Amino acid sequence: MSTQESYPIDVEAIREDFPVLDRKVGGDVTTPGEGDDDTEPLVYLDNAATSQTPKQVVDAIVDYYYGYNANVHRGIHQLSQEASVAYEEAHDRVAAFINAAGREEIVFTKNTTESMNLVAYAWGLEELEPGDTVVTTQMEHHASLVTWQQICKRTGAELRFIEVDEDGRLDMDHAAELIDDSTRMVSLVHVSNTLGTINPVAEITDMAHEVGAYSFIDGAQAVPTRPVDVQAIDADFYAFSGHKMLGPTGIGVLYGKQEILESMQPYLYGGDMIRKVTYEESTWEDLPWKFEAGTPLIAQGIALHAAIDYLEEIGMDNVQAHEELLAEYAYDKLSEHDDVEIYGPPGDDRGGLVAFNIDGVHAHDLSSILNDYAVAIRAGDHCTQPLHDTLGAAASARASFYIYNTREEVDALVEAVDGARDLFA
Amino acid sequence: MGMGSDMYRQQILDHYKSPRNYGELEDPDFSHTGENPSCGDTIQMDVRLEDDGETIEYVSFTGDGCAISQASASMLSERLVGMSLDELEALETDDIVDMLGVTISPMRIPCAVLGNQVAKDGAKIHTGDLDPEEYGETITEE
Repeated sequence: MSTQESYPIDVEAIREDFPVLDRKVGGDVTTPGEGDDDTEPLVYLDNAATSQTPKQVVDAIVDYYYGYNANVHRGIHQLSQEASVAYEEAHDRVAAFINAAGREEIVFTKNTTESMNLVAYAWGLEELEPGDTVVTTQMEHHASLVTWQQICKRTGAELRFIEVDEDGRLDMDHAAELIDDSTRMVSLVHVSNTLGTINPVAEITDMAHEVGAYSFIDGAQAVPTRPVDVQAIDADFYAFSGHKMLGPTGIGVLYGKQEILESMQPYLYGGDMIRKVTYEESTWEDLPWKFEAGTPLIAQGIALHAAIDYLEEIGMDNVQAHEELLAEYAYDKLSEHDDVEIYGPPGDDRGGLVAFNIDGVHAHDLSSILNDYAVAIRAGDHCTQPLHDTLGAAASARASFYIYNTREEVDALVEAVDGARDLFA
Repeated sequence: MGMGSDMYRQQILDHYKSPRNYGELEDPDFSHTGENPSCGDTIQMDVRLEDDGETIEYVSFTGDGCAISQASASMLSERLVGMSLDELEALETDDIVDMLGVTISPMRIPCAVLGNQVAKDGAKIHTGDLDPEEYGETITEE
């Protein structure tokens, strides 16, 4: 059943590009890296937290640092020009990947959280006032929830939450109720990092536009796992992180429609984002540089380009198909026991992650025991504390899959869960 | 694979499944609650002192959460009896790990020490060394 032919992608070949997947674990954790006491082959199922990095991406970082490391946009020497071209082309690559109109609409940030904060500060703090509403959902990551919560406190705007129904989907009637003439921003997650729900972001963006509001889509779990077309969604803002899609940490993306980004004031001031400076006044660089103050994430941006090349070589449709295959397989396997509660929609209608609990075993105990089986999952609230309160669970265990994962690894997960169940029986 | 978990030896599981001194005291000399947000563990420790006002006579606890936090509180409820408040104050993380008798991974230390920290803070509020307004609840974090 688990033959290579039955995957939509060549998992075996892909795995060879990821040296860490050969790692053994189980030993001393006080020193990083494999030691003599590490004996068990790693099963890495924590991809929604961060993905592993292929050689091609690490090579891009090495090539930059060993070959043309220089600051961008401020040197006439050859290395600076090479670095500037590569860094700017990374913006073009991202723009093409999500079907933005061009590099003007692609701002490099530190991560999804910073992209969110950029809009919250540069747009929200300026524009929102008492009487305005921001509509978000009960399944938001803290990156979005806490940011809007605090911006609303500071501006006097009201924050509203679209409810999640029993199947882990947004209550669209409730959405229609909440999004009204007072609404200035509708901010929601594309794929839930806890429920695995794939939200109808285009439909909700339409609802936002009908009342003259903007939409902000948190695509942290979507861009790594499926084709995303920001123009088809008609999103006003769209954010994601590089490290969940084979890239390095420290690079994130904010997509914004050009005319909206142009209307916004800068978020960070400093070098690189200015055109002319006197002691009294400054003017701003063109997009996207207006929003990239200081020496930017040069190596990380170039490495993100390499990560996108890698993913597009596989094809995002195929990536999505592989995610869905593993999610459904895990959902079905885990569901074979009555004492397992899986959160979110059914196995055939979800992103590539499964968050669950077993009766009588706390998620952190489960995660510790799984670690003894060399199975790496996430346990906790996954930065969705209010959603966990709604679900009535203090924490949950979450297995999340990516292009290099196999059915055998899901079997290892299920075997380890069985072991935990036996231990606590 | 499947070497069984060192962190979940019989003693831990026994105390988790059959907690000792579980429940609330009717007439505690002090009672305090705490939380470990990383796991969502909660613990309340109720302590009754002997007539000298310094020696711990009886401890009970209630709580909810992971096996490490609950077993640790259960074992502590037995361990503390007969100790002075000064001896309680002197209990450190290493003492709690020794009591549990297993290796606790760094990420799980806040679970392991929650009960102890709650008892210590409760004692300090009782003796006036902590302001209950500021330390209404004990929080252990990574």
